[in-house]
Amino acid sequence: MALERTEVEKIAHLARLGLSEADLPRTTETLNNILGLIDRMQAVDTTGIEPLAHPLETTQRLRADAVTESNQRDAYQAIAPAVEEGLYLVPRVIE
Amino acid sequence: MMKDSDMHNLTLAEIARNLAEKHFSAEELTRTLLARIEQLDPQLNAFISVTDELAIAQAKAADARRAAGENGTLLGAPIGHKDLFCTQGIRTSCGSKILDNFKAPYDATVVERLAAAGTVTLGKLNMDEFAMGSANESSYYGAVKNPWDLTRVPGGSSGGSAAAIAARLLPAATGTDTGGSIRQPAALTNLTGLKPTYGRVSRWGMVAYASSLDQGGPMARTAEDCALLLSAMAGFDAKDSTSVDQPLDDYLAALSQPLAGLRIGLPKEYFGAGLDPKISDAVMASVEELKKLGATVKEISLPNMQHAIPSYYVIAPAEASSNLSRFDGVRFGYRCENPVDLTDLYKRSRAEGFGDEVKRRIMVGTYALSAGYYDAYYLKAQKIRRLIKQDFVAAFEQVDVILGPTTPNLAWKLGEKNADPVSAYLEDIYTITANLAGIPGLAMPAGFIDGLPVGVQLLAPYFQEARLLNVAHQYQQVTDWHMRAPAGF
Repeated sequence: MALERTEVEKIAHLARLGLSEADLPRTTETLNNILGLIDRMQAVDTTGIEPLAHPLETTQRLRADAVTESNQRDAYQAIAPAVEEGLYLVPRVIE
Repeated sequence: MMKDSDMHNLTLAEIARNLAEKHFSAEELTRTLLARIEQLDPQLNAFISVTDELAIAQAKAADARRAAGENGTLLGAPIGHKDLFCTQGIRTSCGSKILDNFKAPYDATVVERLAAAGTVTLGKLNMDEFAMGSANESSYYGAVKNPWDLTRVPGGSSGGSAAAIAARLLPAATGTDTGGSIRQPAALTNLTGLKPTYGRVSRWGMVAYASSLDQGGPMARTAEDCALLLSAMAGFDAKDSTSVDQPLDDYLAALSQPLAGLRIGLPKEYFGAGLDPKISDAVMASVEELKKLGATVKEISLPNMQHAIPSYYVIAPAEASSNLSRFDGVRFGYRCENPVDLTDLYKRSRAEGFGDEVKRRIMVGTYALSAGYYDAYYLKAQKIRRLIKQDFVAAFEQVDVILGPTTPNLAWKLGEKNADPVSAYLEDIYTITANLAGIPGLAMPAGFIDGLPVGVQLLAPYFQEARLLNVAHQYQQVTDWHMRAPAGF
């Protein structure tokens, strides 16, 4: 199944990736080539096969519900693009 | 005292002996290698950051620890880290513009453990952007060149690690392997590289690409050096939720085991169409050497191998699209200029910050996970993943290790496969299955064709890293391919 350019625009939006009009044809073509490779999967008979999510089939460990981390807000905000008084700044969301 | 002109040829094991016998200090070695990096790396572009101040400080500290009576084998050992291992206060770029200004607020577990063992970090090594690539051409910091032929790729995604070690800029480095990113560049640059069992080495502080496949491991010239590094890197880490709580083998002690009675399986699917016949000949010559050491050989079948690449190119992009959603221009990393609203901030920061290959994989993954397609893509790929695992489980009932080529082709020309991403994806055919099944795999030097290195791959059952290192070490006792250095380095 080949993607149309409107579908590629929708995928880019879902992924929050800006995509220019000029890039659309090439991106659509490349994605369709990759999907062509992926679609070879559909010929494989997987009837009755359980999906494998983890190679060792272990489940996530649980830990005790105890405080293990200290507050490192200043260290983490030191590398943020824009902060003020301990808050991350973004463009106005609510008018 | 040893001449500066010789120090760069030493392996980690040889460095350990020389430091213990006080033939030179860690600081002298570090300064020698830093000068060599400054002189030669401009030809290769293997380093994204050279951490000279840190290196000198760590080397002085290692010398002080040794003077105080410590004698660890990695005390004062110079290494580099692939630039996706977080290093506190030091740029951790992942080869991406989006993290060009990112100084990690903490050390990865692997970095912390190696530093505690006394290693000296010479720098952060170039890589394909977010480890997505097999040629090291997708880095924001430019392509890495192969020291065996500067017009060719070193492989990827751990291409900077590979090129730097092969050129004797440092003896060993960390790498990561999601679909072959340690083994394939090791093969294309004449190194030994090990991808451990999934869960053996902590992923904490290792920037995630595909979380169910990613695994860190050592790259060096010899199996012995890989054993030394793995001994310090591996082991349970409570901070990584997929870390496995199982005791470590004594990797160094296992090296000297004789190979008499070792059962080697040769999968017929690894020697079929698509394999360069000269590579096939070199691989079979290595099998003859191993037979002389007492191994027996048997043909086996891994019938689902051909389905691995389509399955991988669903699972890896799907997980990447989720993992890379954290790069949003808000909390760290690149932010676009003058965003008009929050959506614009997200979209332009990501569009300007990510390169083409990363965007492609995010979009493939987003599509595969989008409403209505999950069963046809992600779930289907995971079912194939089980078939691939079952192939290995059945094979390892008959043999101890599986042997084949690491790559179907030799190092290719820079730019040769850029126009068609799918053609580059196919280069991972022999390595990807180990990631999907989660088993360990090792690449080792096995000869040259027209001056370019050939790699043999060994695969073993879960947690049998010691066996892989043992086989490679014994092979390296009777061959000298791994000792060869590229002209000019």
